Amino acid sequence: MDASVEAAVADAHRREWAFVLAATVRVAGDIDLAEECVQDAYAQALTAWPDQGVPTRPGAWLTTVARRRAIDVLRRRTAHDRFLPELVTGEQSVSTPGAESAEVPDDRLRLVFTCCHPALAPEARVALTLRLVCGLTTAEVARMFLVQESTMAARITRAKKKITAARIPYRVPRLEELPERTDAVLTVVHLVFTTGHTAPLGTDLVRTDLVERALSLARMLRVLLPDDADVAGLLGLILLTHARRSTRLSDNGALTLLSDQDRSRWDADGIAEGLGLVRDALRRRPPGRFALMAAIAAVHAEAPTWSATDWAELVGLYDLLVAIWPSPVVALNRAVAVGFAEGPATGLSALDRLADEPQLATYGYLPSARADLLARLGRGDEARDAYRLALQLTDNAVEQEFLRSRLDALEGPDS
Amino acid sequence: MAEYLVLIYEDESAYERPAEGAVETMMEGHRLFGERHAPSIRGGNALQPAATATSLREDGDGGFTITDGAFAETKEALGGYYLLEAVDLDDAIAMAKEIPARAGGVEVRPIRPL
Repeated sequence: MDASVEAAVADAHRREWAFVLAATVRVAGDIDLAEECVQDAYAQALTAWPDQGVPTRPGAWLTTVARRRAIDVLRRRTAHDRFLPELVTGEQSVSTPGAESAEVPDDRLRLVFTCCHPALAPEARVALTLRLVCGLTTAEVARMFLVQESTMAARITRAKKKITAARIPYRVPRLEELPERTDAVLTVVHLVFTTGHTAPLGTDLVRTDLVERALSLARMLRVLLPDDADVAGLLGLILLTHARRSTRLSDNGALTLLSDQDRSRWDADGIAEGLGLVRDALRRRPPGRFALMAAIAAVHAEAPTWSATDWAELVGLYDLLVAIWPSPVVALNRAVAVGFAEGPATGLSALDRLADEPQLATYGYLPSARADLLARLGRGDEARDAYRLALQLTDNAVEQEFLRSRLDALEGPDS
Repeated sequence: MAEYLVLIYEDESAYERPAEGAVETMMEGHRLFGERHAPSIRGGNALQPAATATSLREDGDGGFTITDGAFAETKEALGGYYLLEAVDLDDAIAMAKEIPARAGGVEVRPIRPL
């Protein structure tokens, strides 16, 4: 096998999978059949491209082959099979969005909205998106979320069955539903990103595979929904956060806090692109949650040093964020910002107001944030207790190591 | 086209001593729903309270065990249903949102064609 052809097929898989599958689903009327045909098309490319040469538009070539194969299979299906429920595509629907816009929406958008439909369980949305939009194998998706392959396969099968049986439509939602449904899509992409950015489990702090998938999904959405401020916000947030990737770990693999990172090693291109997107996202009033989170990341990205961080600006942004998204996790981050803007005592009292939040009961960042504030207040014993509690609640090895080093540093003078 | 059974689940105690006008508002809601979606409504009924239910289960010995009450005891009980014809789930959900169910909610179940 010619290595360059193999690379071309792999490249087409990474870049064109969603496009090819989405276009094939419309012909096949069935996600499983479409997937099978697309897999066949990629296999065929491996044998055809060495002779014919790599086509100028690999995606178009693959789509033609996959669609032709789907039509063949449909023709051969017996009369019985024809009664099987078919996927509901836009054409059959009463509510095609074509009426409002002259443009034909990209098939990939239909695929994304189907995978992230609110009638599917949140973990199924994530799994389906990675499987169908990103073209990962079930085994790969299972590895990403550290579950058994059989568990992941069952989750994906169940979701696909529901799409067919309940007739979850394969189309872009109506204009009036679009903001809510787009939010569900962005939530999936954001979850893929945060899971990769700080892996909840395992030995690595960052799961690069997940982060890169999230980034390419956000880029794709930006192309498909160029006027959506929240999409701009999410892509900006990912770029600005990801720009710090090479400084989050020290040379010996220990976690390095934002305060100690070498800012000259941040990715300047990523930051520049991210800042442009944040400006775009903030044009809409009031700004959405992803725009605000991106703006918060932008404040850090723009600060030349840790001590030059504009904490008052950050508290203001967190206030806006809490108002539209009253999540205890956001309130926790706000309290941390308050601790720098107005001093650790004020931060601690803001934090302690969250002590009874059930959602935070097993959230390791609450005691670790508390420990930091207590340490800064010179309350060493309480700080150590809080670090010990944080350690119990953290399953990531790199974070555990960090918390242990903090604890060791406090085992000094007054212990 | 497909059919969906929309099950209305509500806390029955909310109707034991209903607020002034609550029952009228609910009835008016159903009337409006019926008017607006007449072509899509294939059927529907309100049910007597769950306390009037009788459950039967084969006892595996050729007979039946008959018990007083609904199959599953839940805070919200099945109190009525609609059978709707819809293009797809989004269409069914859009209609279901208009069904009055202040003391609970509705469940949308696709009918399995046989």
